[in-house]
Amino acid sequence: MLDGLQLLGQNAIGFFQRLGRGHILFIAILAGIPELLARFRLVIQQVYSVGVLSLVIILVSGLFVGMVLGLQGYNTLVDFGAEESLGIMVALSLVRELGPVVTALLFAGRAGSALTAEIGLMKATDQLSAMEMMAVDPIRRVLTPRFLAGFISMPLLAAIFSAVGVLGGALVGVGLLGVDEGAFWSQMQDRVDLHEDIYNGVIKSLVFGVVVTWIAVFEGYDCVPTSEGVSRATTRTVVHSALAVLGLDFILTALMFGED
Amino acid sequence: MTTRLTEIWVGVFVAAGMAALFMLAMKVSNLSTYNEGDGYLVTARFEDISGLKERSPVTMAGVRIGRVKSIDFDNDALQAVVTMRIDTRHNTLPKDTSASIYTAGLLGEKYVGLEPGGDDKSLKQGDVVKLTQDSLVLEKLIGQFVTKLLENDNDKEGTK
Amino acid sequence: MSDTQSLVKIRDLHFARGSRKIFDGIDLDIQTGKITAIMGPSGTGKTTLLRLIGGQLKPNRGSIEIDGQHVETMNRSELFQMRKRMGMLFQNGALLTDISVFDNIAFPIREHTELPEQLIRTLVLMKLEAVGLRGARDLMPSELSGGMARRVALARAIALDPMMLMYDEPFTGQDPISMGVIVRLIHSLNDALGLSSIIVSHDIQETAAIADYIYLLSGGKVVAHGSADELSQSDSAWAKQFMNGEPDGPVPFHYPADDLQSDLLQKGMD
Repeated sequence: MLDGLQLLGQNAIGFFQRLGRGHILFIAILAGIPELLARFRLVIQQVYSVGVLSLVIILVSGLFVGMVLGLQGYNTLVDFGAEESLGIMVALSLVRELGPVVTALLFAGRAGSALTAEIGLMKATDQLSAMEMMAVDPIRRVLTPRFLAGFISMPLLAAIFSAVGVLGGALVGVGLLGVDEGAFWSQMQDRVDLHEDIYNGVIKSLVFGVVVTWIAVFEGYDCVPTSEGVSRATTRTVVHSALAVLGLDFILTALMFGED
Repeated sequence: MTTRLTEIWVGVFVAAGMAALFMLAMKVSNLSTYNEGDGYLVTARFEDISGLKERSPVTMAGVRIGRVKSIDFDNDALQAVVTMRIDTRHNTLPKDTSASIYTAGLLGEKYVGLEPGGDDKSLKQGDVVKLTQDSLVLEKLIGQFVTKLLENDNDKEGTK
Repeated sequence: MSDTQSLVKIRDLHFARGSRKIFDGIDLDIQTGKITAIMGPSGTGKTTLLRLIGGQLKPNRGSIEIDGQHVETMNRSELFQMRKRMGMLFQNGALLTDISVFDNIAFPIREHTELPEQLIRTLVLMKLEAVGLRGARDLMPSELSGGMARRVALARAIALDPMMLMYDEPFTGQDPISMGVIVRLIHSLNDALGLSSIIVSHDIQETAAIADYIYLLSGGKVVAHGSADELSQSDSAWAKQFMNGEPDGPVPFHYPADDLQSDLLQKGMD
């Protein structure tokens, strides 16, 4: 019994320790941003590996999610005689929720885990230590560019996801199921608000970008420098990112779209 | 992967992202029909505006000519004060225009429908629309209907 | 040990990891221009000593003086300045795997100087020439053999012409030819560039061949020190066991455990 409590206590202290280390690292990463603006090539390199290489999965997923929304939405709305509102349904679902959230989850799985593995491996093979000994701060040289790249890429990816999704929904709704094209688009344009829906969606994806990239980079930097340690850190990145994104999504949604 | 090729791809990526955002803003949202700023303000008072929101449409003859700018509550008169912004192009609304709150479709959103009167003078910035009709609240309608039904029954009973 | 010029002076160094004492009061001198070896059985914290000298770790007590400056009290920027004058060769080379050999060596030059690319190219090629790998400059680290990777790492360590080089187990796991190459390189670089070298190793033969002075560590203390000749003739039991590679002596064969008989009987009784 006492052992159990002790274990719980140790885990709790360990949890807070990690939380603390994570935040200290976050500040160190941010501190490296100013000098990075002069060496932007490092960031561009990372935007490529983190953003461009995620394009394929985002495009495909966005298209399919949009098409499913079109299909399912039609099936539900047709019972109320409201199938002309399909455009609104697809657009709002994507722009407000699915775009930012699903993109963040896919990003965490593809780019986040890759970042963790890369940094963890650099730690395990003493590359980070070697940089330190060469008087180069590994946080500013390795972590900050990747962090900025994630921050820049996420909203772009989410926008692409939503845009392709709407097109996919139109493809299914108008093309396949016969919803009136004019009604589809005009009802959507009438109801989707630039400020309320699109800006808020972008803000969500920016927040997710910060959180997911931060977790990915931290887990890599903080991992146990063995192959087992790196593999566990990669798993943690995906799991913690997913939980954080979903939890934050609820909070953000309540703040943004709650009743005033 | 040469640096130049990388940079090109990143440029393509960012451009695609921007294009997507642009597309969302233009084709999906109400940006094209959203022009704040160009309009004059008129107010109208209602007993019941239930369901009317800021940015709800203001129409005449079925055409949207403006939007609700703000909704306030008058503590003295205990009425709702609705401020509407009418597009500057539509400056020939008669002074005795009436405003009513309608519902778009059976379950749709509320909007303000304006009906022209016969006055020569036109509404200007700051004017008040005098004739108003409240939003039709579904519960009250049903209540009225049921009451009417009961009255009819009673009458029938009475005349038997 | 009295000195004319000690580049590095370590006095009364104490360092513990958790409850385990790694260094329990150590005094060391690294002479300028000489090759000093720090040897001892595995696990005595030799790599930790290098990290303490480089300022990656802070001692619990004691002082580490490099060229007159106290490393243990330096702040971040002072440490970074100091490290530009030190080169370190890691056990596995620790090359940056995503860039070529050329870029690896150019890395410290590009990070710390504003030299034009032409000049950097000349410098890098010269360093590569010194380690005999000028033709390998466009290879990626994954395409190098272990020995070649270490040589590239060595070229990188001397990229900024440091005053001091630290070698972490440079001979471990090398085939005889690579071994010979590394030995020759360490020796010639030290002489040609007027460096001071610290070698951490447990390979007696190679180290004894080139070291000017040897420190023997065990149990967190310096148990013997002197030139290679002095140590091989020493009476100290530690020195004898280590230099002769005896399996048992002051460093015991058996990891501490209970008495054998009672241990076996315990199992039977359970």
